[in-house]
Amino acid sequence: MNQQTGMTLIVKTVTDFVVGFIVLFGAYIVLYGHITPGGGFAGGVIIACAFILLMLAHGRDVAYSKLGERTASVLDSSGALAFLVIAWAGVAGGYFFLNILPKGTPFRLLSSGTILANNIAIGLKVSSSLFLVFAALAVFRKRSFRAFLEDDLS
Amino acid sequence: MTVYFLCAVLLTMGLYCLVAKKHIVKKVLGLCIMDYAVNLYFIIIGYKRGGIAPIIDAKMRPEMLERFVDPLPQALVLTSIVIGLGVLSLMVSMCIRIYEKHGTFDMSQISKLRG
Amino acid sequence: MGDIAPQLYTLLAFMVIGSIVAIETRNLLSAVISVSAVGFASSVAFLFLGAPDIAITQLVVEVLVLIILIRGTILLDNTAIETHRDTLAVVSSLIFFGLLLGFGAMIFGSRGFPAFGEPVMRVSNVYVQTGLPATFAANIVASIILDFRGYDTLGEATVLFVSILGALTLLRRDGRVRKGEVAAA
Repeated sequence: MNQQTGMTLIVKTVTDFVVGFIVLFGAYIVLYGHITPGGGFAGGVIIACAFILLMLAHGRDVAYSKLGERTASVLDSSGALAFLVIAWAGVAGGYFFLNILPKGTPFRLLSSGTILANNIAIGLKVSSSLFLVFAALAVFRKRSFRAFLEDDLS
Repeated sequence: MTVYFLCAVLLTMGLYCLVAKKHIVKKVLGLCIMDYAVNLYFIIIGYKRGGIAPIIDAKMRPEMLERFVDPLPQALVLTSIVIGLGVLSLMVSMCIRIYEKHGTFDMSQISKLRG
Repeated sequence: MGDIAPQLYTLLAFMVIGSIVAIETRNLLSAVISVSAVGFASSVAFLFLGAPDIAITQLVVEVLVLIILIRGTILLDNTAIETHRDTLAVVSSLIFFGLLLGFGAMIFGSRGFPAFGEPVMRVSNVYVQTGLPATFAANIVASIILDFRGYDTLGEATVLFVSILGALTLLRRDGRVRKGEVAAA
């Protein structure tokens, strides 16, 4: 009775080892998006893939305990909102989308001002929204046409 | 020039699949193929012969900036790929709902008006 | 470093053959996997064309497209539709082939179209020369999408947000309830 949901024990064990590294790799691609190829979009999709792997291997409840539905929705909206706030903050310096944060020295992590902040906001937004979409697709119970008809008539 | 022609062939095959097939999921796959063709076309336009990726290294000499491929189409394609993903998820959820309502994926039966 | 035309032709031929398989096969699972093979081949083509940013994004998005397509549709109905060859499909394919030839000749035969390997970098020269001094970002594509053309990224974030919202609304099980009623299961 120890394996009701998810996949076999081998898949669960390997997932437990690997999923932290996938999130770390995705965070690396998001954070270093202004120095090496990558950026917010690719890194956000990788982090979403990590959570989807968790949901596929262990089942829906374990994945929801790690990142709940409400938390993902809040993260999604706040990522988009943060992007807008950073864009509007440029108006204080001159025009819309002006790069107003301190720029630092090139080829370092903390450089290039708002590009780093925008990458983080987009990474947050893309990862949580793609996780939400997959969660909605996965929990959609298969209802055959016959069951749908019987449901309606009863 | 043959490269552009092959991209146009891919685009036309995606268009054919979108229009002439009756299965709804095949139509969605046709849209996917058109997506790939258009993105590839943009990147091929921006390619410079003997070019290197537009990422500046710390030890790069200033004259190597001349050998960069065009970075502007790459910026456009980056957003296009992610938009394609979002639109595909919307289309797949529509397909699921259509199947639930009509019981089939066949477009010729779905488009018949039911009195 | 040298000429990449042979590799590019091979990859494009592979993509064309893969999409032919995806269009004509009767099994839905084979069609989905063939389309994903086309996507992976295009990711390799992006690497050859000097776009590592796009290659990474296309690769991971392709994995997610495969997962969504398989999860969304295969569990519902795995059989394809039994189609007998009808004249509409043949006529439409002939028309599309003719359109392709005409379109290709019109665009690629015109004089102002740049040849393969010589882009017209009129705007991009400004971005390449002033990218590092103006924004201190080493990745020029990142500086374009988030600093020089940040407005396009705002539009793209909006489109992604709205499409995901639409997908979540369509897949919602329980609808809205008025006050005092009990939600249907």
